[in-house]
Formats: sequence, structure tokens, C-alpha cells
Amino acid sequence: MSPAREEIETLYARHAELLDEGPISEWPSLFVEDGLYKAVTRENSDRGWPLALMLCESRAAIEDRVYAIEHLALKIPRRVRHLVSTIAFSAENGGYRVKANFAVFETLEGEPTVCFAAGRYHDALVRDGAGALRFREKVSIADSAIVRNSLVYPL
Amino acid sequence: MSVHSRVWPAQGVHRVPYWVYADESVYARELEGIFKGPSWSFVGLEAEIPSPGDFKRAQIGEASVIAARGREGAVHVLLNQCAHRGLQVCRQDYGQARVFQCPYHQWTYRLDGDLTGVPFAKGVDGKGGMPDDFERCEHGLRKLKVATRHGAVFASFADEIEPLEAYLGPKMLALFDRVFTGARLRILGVSRQRIPANWKLMFENIKDPYHASLLHVFLVTFGLFRVDNPSRTEMDATGRHSALISRRGGDRTATSATGEMASFREELKLKDPMLLDIVKEFPDPATVVMQTIWPNLIVQQQANTLATRQIAPRGPGAFDLNWTFFGYERDDAAMTARRLRHANLMGPAGFVSLDDSEVMDLAQRGIRQDEDRAAVVEMGGRGTEDQDHIVTETAIRAFYAYYRQVMGL
Repeated sequence: MSPAREEIETLYARHAELLDEGPISEWPSLFVEDGLYKAVTRENSDRGWPLALMLCESRAAIEDRVYAIEHLALKIPRRVRHLVSTIAFSAENGGYRVKANFAVFETLEGEPTVCFAAGRYHDALVRDGAGALRFREKVSIADSAIVRNSLVYPL
Repeated sequence: MSVHSRVWPAQGVHRVPYWVYADESVYARELEGIFKGPSWSFVGLEAEIPSPGDFKRAQIGEASVIAARGREGAVHVLLNQCAHRGLQVCRQDYGQARVFQCPYHQWTYRLDGDLTGVPFAKGVDGKGGMPDDFERCEHGLRKLKVATRHGAVFASFADEIEPLEAYLGPKMLALFDRVFTGARLRILGVSRQRIPANWKLMFENIKDPYHASLLHVFLVTFGLFRVDNPSRTEMDATGRHSALISRRGGDRTATSATGEMASFREELKLKDPMLLDIVKEFPDPATVVMQTIWPNLIVQQQANTLATRQIAPRGPGAFDLNWTFFGYERDDAAMTARRLRHANLMGPAGFVSLDDSEVMDLAQRGIRQDEDRAAVVEMGGRGTEDQDHIVTETAIRAFYAYYRQVMGL
């Protein structure tokens, strides 16, 4: 494995680990300060409509979203599991453009596991001040237009 | 059990029996009597199908319908069912078409639903073909009645129905026109969620402002919608439509009412306050109007997020909620960005509405345990009149007063 691929895969492994195993409060630290997180549906992106299911235009907004998930939202207890694969990347401005497939499984307490979402990441990675690889843009594009009840955790 | 043997609790509409949310025979009557009955169902916004040939699919009750803009510019709403063997002729949620063609025997229909093509109608080499008296004009797609108002499209299966404006009544029409002024709309996008609960629970959620001050931390803490804000709960003359109208109070202040709001968090601060960068855009002082229009539409104005939410039932235990977020063509880039940011409050991941989809799931799970019990709906009294506050369930009672008439329950 090339050093670049190894570094990118490490970032995605950390992304999945923080969302699935926690602490989710550390997930925003994977973004640079002016980083963008967006979860959208394929339907909207195909039609050129800008609406997002979740839109965070800064790391501060990502922190607000995570705080709300942890402390404010009324939610049925659940577990999510992110699988990321087929990572393709190209170098860009000292960082990388990345496309990768994702699947998110969801397990509501007392229920069998279901495939909650599948889709593709369109991301931009840059180096922060300390030289660590971070998300400048993370756009999760879900294949299905329909959300199974509620979207609680980022895709 | 059949719908005929169901008896509403003797107390009246301040009791709602749980079987209305779970009984298959009640649901079957709803599809026939409500969604295919004398009602105007919301189908979509004209801005979703701006050009001739544009179409979208929508659902009225469980029926798939096609809203298509014809060559001459008018919007047609057609039952998505081939006149030959009943197949759905349109299999895409949206698109551009010259005609609709059934995949099975390629019967072909114009955008207005008229049948134009039947392969082998005259037979092959003198053999087969349709009978001489077969008239294509008698075999079009079923055409629904269509009403449009200021960019919103409604359709009805009923042959006899009052005009949309009379159906809404003067009070609800004025509130509808508050958002749909006739100004051209800009679609920002759609969200869809499949909620494992009875479709009526969605209406009741919006007709029940009482829960909002208790369940929704975001609304309460940021004063977006709260029992101690100046508010009104209004219905049309029949009780089938309603509106919650409120004005944002002081931000983050504790009042005599917040003591009972366990969800009030005075210390809560957004790290990115742009989420609540709200601009006044309507002439009246209201900052939130949530309108429900029988039998399948919610019109949402909260802060600067505007949306229609269309309810598509899927059996008694589930429905799809189809949100269309929009602004106006006149919006500048800052306003569009603001609307998109405020959309975080709503939709399947909304800071506010996520609480509701979770609660509806819990409600349906709870209700199913004993369908013979009934909900107690007595907040704000037992009547169905308008009230000048939102500490009330009056709009739910009014809804069921009308529902009982239509359903014969």
C-alpha cells in the first residue's frame, strides 16, 4: 500500500470509528476549522438542488450537530456501523480529492440490523497546521431518496 | 374487525380510539372515503415541473398519480394506470417526456392522458386487431380534477367538489396565500422519509402545539415556538384544516412557564450562531405558521425555512413524508444560503423534526399494544373552537370531529 493510501485509509477508519464506537464528540476534530460536512440525497444532487439532510458549514456547526445528537435529540437508542470501501483518490493542492463508497447499517435496540444507507463520499482532504490530514469537505451522497424514519448520525 | 362494528368512545372527540391508527378496515375506508373522496390532495409545486413535458410522480392515498405539464402549459394530473391492463405507465419519480408509454403492450398516452397509440390496433395482415368500435378516446388515463393556486397544484378524484378556495375557507386561504403569494418559487430540494406510524399521527403532531414546548429542546431554548410566546390556534369552519400561528419570544430567557419545560436549557449556546440568523420576511408579526390542509398537506414556515410536507400513507402503520423546501425566485444568494441553513431544523435529520419522527415511531409501537384503549385529548378543554394560545389540543379535536363525519364513525 502506498503511503498516501495508507494515510487516507487511516483517516477514514478513524471517521468510522468515532461515529460508530465514539466518542462522537471527537469526530469534528477530523475537519479543519472552515470544513464543510453535508449529507445529501442522490435525487437532489442529480437535479442540481442544493438542499441537504444535514448541512454544517464550519467545524463549529459540526460541533453543534454532534452536541445535538448526543444531548438534545429525542432518539430511540441505536447503533450505527459505517463501512467505507473502494477509496479512489487524486492529489490536489497538497491534499487529495477522494471518492469512496459507504454503507451504513443501523441497529435499533431490540431490532435486527438493517442497511440504513448506501452511497458515495465526494471529499476533499487537506493538511492542517500540524500537517495532519483532515476533511475540508465531506459530502455524503445517499443513493436512496427515502430515509428510513430518522437520520440521527452523519453518513 | 370490520369498520362497521367500530364504535367511537361515548365521550366524543376528546377521546381518540387507538384502532383508528391500526385497523385495516378503517384504513381501507380512509383510502376510499378521504383520499378518493371529495378532498383536494396536494400533488406538488408548479416550479417542480416548469416546462412542457416535465412530470413528477406523487401519491394520493396509495394511488400513484402523474403531474405533467402539457404542451400548452397546463398541468394535468393522471392516475398512473394503463387503461389496458392496469400497469403503472410511469416508472420514474420525475423527468421529461413527450408521451407516457406502457412497457407491456406499448399503449401510448399524451401528457394530458389521451390515448394516442395502440400497436396492432388494425391487426397484422388482416388478422387480429381491436374491434371496429374500439374508440381510443374512451381509453385514456384517468384524469383527476386539478386546481392550482399561486404555484401549488392540487388534485381530486371526486367528480363533484367545491373550488379549492372555498374548500380552504377564507381564514385558511389567507394563511396559505401568506406563503404562496403568487411570487415565483425556487425549489431548493426534496427530502423523503418513511415513518413507521399511522399517517394521522403526522397531522396530529402539527395540530398539537402543546408537545413542542416539552419535546423540542431547540424550539424551547431558542424561543422559536413556545407556550409563553404570543400564539393562536385556528381552524376553518369544518375543523379539517388548521394553523398554529406564533411569534418568536425572547431568546433564552427563563419565564414562569419554563420551570415545567424539562427541555429548557438556558445555558445552551450554538457555536455557529448562523443557524438562527433569522430575517423577518412576512408583513405580519408571526414568525412561525404551521398549516395543515386536509387530507395530505402541511405548509411550514419556521424562521426562514419554507416547505410543503406531503403525506403518503402506506398501510395503517406507515407513511412517507415528502418534503419540498423552497424559496422565492427573488431571493438573493444570502437568503438562499439562510433557507438552506435553516433547513437543518427540519426534515429527516432536523434538529426539531427528528424528535417528531422518533416520537411517532414510539407512538405507533405503543398504540398497537391495545387498540381498544383511547387517547385522552383534553388539553385546552374538550371543545373544537379557535384559541388564542397554544396550550391546547383543540385542533386535534376539530380534526376528529370532521374525520368522524367523513368516515361515518
